[in-house]
Amino acid sequence: MNSNHYLKRQPLAKRQPPAILNVSRRGFLKGVGAGALVLSVGLPSRARADEPKYAGEGMGNGLRDDPKLFVAVGADGIVTITNIRAEMGQGIRTGIAIVIADELEADWSKVKVVQAVGNEPKYGNQDTDGSRSTRHHFKAWRHMGASVRTMLEQAAAKQWGVPASQVHAKNHEVVHAPTSRKLGYGQLATAASAMSVPDKGSVKLKDPSQFRYIGTGKVPLIDGMDITMGKAVYGQDAKLDGMLFAVIARAPVHGGSIASYDAAATLKFPGVVKVVTIDPAPIPGAYQPKGGVAVIAKNTWAAMKGRQLLKVTWNDGPNASYNSDAYQKGLEAAVKEPGKVVRNNGDATAALAGAAKKVTADYYIPLLAHVPMEPPAALARVADGKAEIWACVQGPQAGVDNVAQRLGLKPENVTVHQTLLGGGFGRKSKVDFIVEAALLSKAMEGTPVKVVWTREDDVQHDYYHAVSAEHIEAGLDGSGKVVGWLHRSAAPSIFSIFMPDPKHEQPLELGMGLVDMPFAIPNVRVENPEAAAHTRIGWFRSVYNVPHAFAIQSFAAELAHAAGKDPKDFLLELVGPARQLNNHTDLADSWNYGEDPAKYPYDTARLRGVIEAVAKGANWGQKLPQGEGMGIAAHRSFATYTAAVVRVAVKDGKLTIPRVDVAIDCGPQVNPDRVRAQMEGSAIMGVAIATLGEITFKDGRAVQDNFDSFQVTRLNGAPREVHVHMIPAKNWDQPLGGAGEPGLPPIAPALCNAIFAATGKRIRTLPIRDQLKRA
Amino acid sequence: MAYSIKVNGVVHQLDVDGDMPLLWALRDVLGMTGTKFACGQGLCGCCTVHLNGSAVRSCQTAVSAAAGQNVTTIEGLSPDGMHPVQVAWREHNVPQCGYCQSGQIMQAASLLKDSPKPTDAQIDESMSGNICRCGTYPRIRAAIKDASAKMGRA
Repeated sequence: MNSNHYLKRQPLAKRQPPAILNVSRRGFLKGVGAGALVLSVGLPSRARADEPKYAGEGMGNGLRDDPKLFVAVGADGIVTITNIRAEMGQGIRTGIAIVIADELEADWSKVKVVQAVGNEPKYGNQDTDGSRSTRHHFKAWRHMGASVRTMLEQAAAKQWGVPASQVHAKNHEVVHAPTSRKLGYGQLATAASAMSVPDKGSVKLKDPSQFRYIGTGKVPLIDGMDITMGKAVYGQDAKLDGMLFAVIARAPVHGGSIASYDAAATLKFPGVVKVVTIDPAPIPGAYQPKGGVAVIAKNTWAAMKGRQLLKVTWNDGPNASYNSDAYQKGLEAAVKEPGKVVRNNGDATAALAGAAKKVTADYYIPLLAHVPMEPPAALARVADGKAEIWACVQGPQAGVDNVAQRLGLKPENVTVHQTLLGGGFGRKSKVDFIVEAALLSKAMEGTPVKVVWTREDDVQHDYYHAVSAEHIEAGLDGSGKVVGWLHRSAAPSIFSIFMPDPKHEQPLELGMGLVDMPFAIPNVRVENPEAAAHTRIGWFRSVYNVPHAFAIQSFAAELAHAAGKDPKDFLLELVGPARQLNNHTDLADSWNYGEDPAKYPYDTARLRGVIEAVAKGANWGQKLPQGEGMGIAAHRSFATYTAAVVRVAVKDGKLTIPRVDVAIDCGPQVNPDRVRAQMEGSAIMGVAIATLGEITFKDGRAVQDNFDSFQVTRLNGAPREVHVHMIPAKNWDQPLGGAGEPGLPPIAPALCNAIFAATGKRIRTLPIRDQLKRA
Repeated sequence: MAYSIKVNGVVHQLDVDGDMPLLWALRDVLGMTGTKFACGQGLCGCCTVHLNGSAVRSCQTAVSAAAGQNVTTIEGLSPDGMHPVQVAWREHNVPQCGYCQSGQIMQAASLLKDSPKPTDAQIDESMSGNICRCGTYPRIRAAIKDASAKMGRA
């Protein structure tokens, strides 16, 4: 897919500058001025313990919706919104501002967004993952904006001595229409701050026809100017006066430790200040760091050079013999044998035995690295019993908790500031790098230390996306209808980092597209054979939906072929008639992304809807030139329905992707442009997973270490066009689905289905890499 | 020894090892963090700056190689963020996380300087050394074409 010269490491040019092709703070530590309308904080609302809690209320530390916590209006009229979720490219900083500013009738040019420090007891859950920030908060944000607008209106009415019913807020002013009097929000801020927050039931939300920002796509990115001018501050960019820089040589094998080391040469390198060891957390280490030898220096380059000069001998520990080739064979053998039953409807064994035709296939996806463009980084200052940290972290409270635990500090004495994230994709939920920085600053007696992960560190010490083997058997009757379905899925569990390895996918993992398979098949059996973890496994965008959807949606096309039917028509037939399935009771899925199955059932009408929309958008069924083909796939994840059609051209074993179409039904779209951007980006990440991505292990060590060996899609290998088809929401009261992750699962199967259509070659093992060149 | 390097029009004396990559001199010594670190091997383009007007990877350009020459970083591409590439990037809402975009913008500005009306093949060739993990490539392509048109009108 890629021209090779991009994959060649450049030597350091010491004399002649290397020509490239072509042929080519903000005050980071400055406190946020508190506006006049920052009031005292109320107590969290109490939920009844006997009721199951869903959505934001079901998250750790719950959901807070007190406007005083999140919205301030200054005497200068500036509206400051406190954002409690990580910005990692999904656009949440713009999204929260869109909703609150709209209900507040704020002028967009007077809206600022600031980032909260990690403090879940105060702010509620701050973990940014699971495609749920907007999904959980949309209503709360609307109420916050509307509440503050109401307080400003009441303050103006009081000042004018008129009934509140006679005033209304409009574009940063409160207006008394009968007398044409106006007061700006800044003028009202102090008086409004004396108002009590109105009862939630009394606050009138805007009629959606009056939305000026929500759903319109008419606002720029809140950080767009900073990003395009190089002023945006990420974790790698954090600075404090007098800080030192560290890189760490970490145990190369999961569970390993330092046997001995010699830092004599390191300490002689100019700029190196100190060498410090970090003890490894025993398996399961959760978010605590791997052990290693840290080189602390006056700049990053000296630290990197010093690390090269270290001589370290490692105790490799229990995973020293982990080889991914042998592991793959074991996993593929495991799914050939019966395993733990995780869903059973009817009698799949009998149905398969009695079928007119039986189809069987095996699929494999390797370990994958997240490789956000910004490798992890954290800056810490630990002194006087307190730790203050700046980091590119998805969940700052995890940083607080893990630093407090490891350093023996009280959580209230640990402050984690959240910078922008240069990509996250799940990697930056794990706070090992934050704990490292805190340990090193403590070792330096309070001198601030920034831990910089290099790309090699990132690729070799990731919490990898699980490797997976999937085996599916289906039986067709004489008319080509599927009467029995057996799916075995084996993958190491994410929970292996938190507890003794369960060796089985847990409900949250099974519920990502495996047991919640919605096809209208009378006899379904799903099994989960054992799979052990030998490296750190962690969630990666879309998580287990990626392998489950790859297998199920590839297999659906294989069955269509076996039945002699059009893949799109056959997929619709599999999905069956429009019906609402309860994930808990109909699909053996106890999770349902934490959502109430009554509010968020598996609605096959919506799955059908995205299949039909994407087929129409892609002009499915059109005549294509020789060597070209289209493939289709659909999936529900994170309470959102997506479908993709990928169009490929294969010539002399070379794959190009002229076009991808994606349809998404995520309910109401607060910022359609960012939903669209997530679909575009997911299409490209899906192509990377399908064509290039693979982490392998030899003797317990990751083999790949940078973008030459762990490749990702570049511009020249990306789909030339990505067309996104949005299913309009029924109304603004419809529950929201997620947007950050659901675009990814259908891409790899749609791509492989397209390759089959173009060439007759079925890809069942990812990545595709040079499989099309083989005979 | 000290090296004299002009960055965004300002001459700096850098008392560092001549082998230190320009990237780290910019980021750690001068505190200019707009130029990003991502691979350290010239494989991803995040650290792209202009050396005498042409795109180079600062992670693979030694301070000794940049001595006495003109370096332009993202902070110096324009005084006000109004370079046509920066404007086009905002109009197309190109960035997602934004981390690679300093490098993308510097690479695109260099491309347009050399090829004011780049073909798709020229865009592929020039921009494929710059990785975006968020997958903003379709918008990058569109924004480059738009910036090209803007520059043609100027």
